[in-house]
Amino acid sequence: MKTAITPARAAEMIPDGASLLIGGFMGVGTPNRLIDALVAVGRKDLTVIANDTAKPGVGIGKLISAGAVSHVVASHIGLNPETQAKMISGELTVELVPQGTLVERIRAGGVGLGGVLTPTGVGTPVEEGKDKIEIDGTTYLLERPIKADFALIAAKQCDYVGNLEYTLTAHNFNPVMALAGRKVIAEPDHILPIGAIPPDAVKTPGVLVHYILERKH
Amino acid sequence: MDAKERIARRVALEVEEGTLVNLGIGLPSLVANYLPADVHVYFQAENGVIGLGARPPEGMEDRDLTDAGGGFVTAVPGAASIDSAMSFGLIRGGHLDMTVLGGLQVDERGYLANWMVPGKMVPGMGGAMDLVQGARKVVVAMVHAAKGSPKIVPECTLPLTAMRRVSLIVTEMCVIEPTEAGLVLRELAEGVSVEDVRAVTSAALILEGEPKVMPLA
Repeated sequence: MKTAITPARAAEMIPDGASLLIGGFMGVGTPNRLIDALVAVGRKDLTVIANDTAKPGVGIGKLISAGAVSHVVASHIGLNPETQAKMISGELTVELVPQGTLVERIRAGGVGLGGVLTPTGVGTPVEEGKDKIEIDGTTYLLERPIKADFALIAAKQCDYVGNLEYTLTAHNFNPVMALAGRKVIAEPDHILPIGAIPPDAVKTPGVLVHYILERKH
Repeated sequence: MDAKERIARRVALEVEEGTLVNLGIGLPSLVANYLPADVHVYFQAENGVIGLGARPPEGMEDRDLTDAGGGFVTAVPGAASIDSAMSFGLIRGGHLDMTVLGGLQVDERGYLANWMVPGKMVPGMGGAMDLVQGARKVVVAMVHAAKGSPKIVPECTLPLTAMRRVSLIVTEMCVIEPTEAGLVLRELAEGVSVEDVRAVTSAALILEGEPKVMPLA
């Protein structure tokens, strides 16, 4: 059983320089209260691993605007001109990863695999510096697993065990990232009594979740 | 009829009954407007829905239901919400019947470049590399030339999206099928001659008999 913590308490646990897996796709399914709390305490030098950096003023875009991030691993930064400007000025560095590769690298990190073999990126700039392995006549890139100090997960609702349920396109990277954080902090919209979420509806079992954020006031 | 509508109306004829289709952002997304009435498909949005529907009426948006561009959408009856690992598993795993994508360049090998212009535009590849790598059929829908400058070229000078021959190139002027032998000019839009196409195409074009008149949905 877990007791819910405040966003400020969660932000205190995350030190400057930490690596964060953050769920969301253009701000949908992003743990916004955790992000606001990190901005409020002025965190610096964070590594953010996420699908994208949303837009200025939205989701992960707030961390970028606040100068909290020194390294980004993402599949797309095209809709956030601030990320691009800071990359060009050298304020932060960016590693671009194909979306399907990014999610599988995180999954590999979370499920104890030494990497993934994918045909995506062969013959493109993505292959630079990577081992190529041929299996049954097809060439694959060896892509290494990703883990992080923390995974910040947005969920539709949870119970006090930490079982998580997601909704619609707010799933995106969240269920996979919940496997790959050394500490997992879930931000639900609602918290239900234990037993109120049917077992079949649980996408992330509570054993993976270390902390749950109190519900919105 | 403007160039983009003409392209979308031609691509719509490529969509087959009962298939799973992913439309890219921008011009490709227009294809959904021109599907023949007897063709029923599921559209995938790679951020996590199979069975993407139209934009909801104002006041009925769900903040957790968007397309890959972040715009509000609906889900049709029979839709499924999925996480990013499932979404890209479908794409890479050969379960996606067709994708329609925009292009910056396509070359005589049928290779597509559509994700970056070094030194100018580095938005990230998002899901494009996985889509071109994995979809069973890849249709490039693009305006034929960039202000008179050819986009269908002998060899891409921009970084490739994938080393995979795309299935079809549809422009407002013509339809080209990349083959083992090179680019075959299959159809010409009404009022367009082979010479007109060659004037704005730097790649070699192969004629196999008289090109047909490009039909439109």
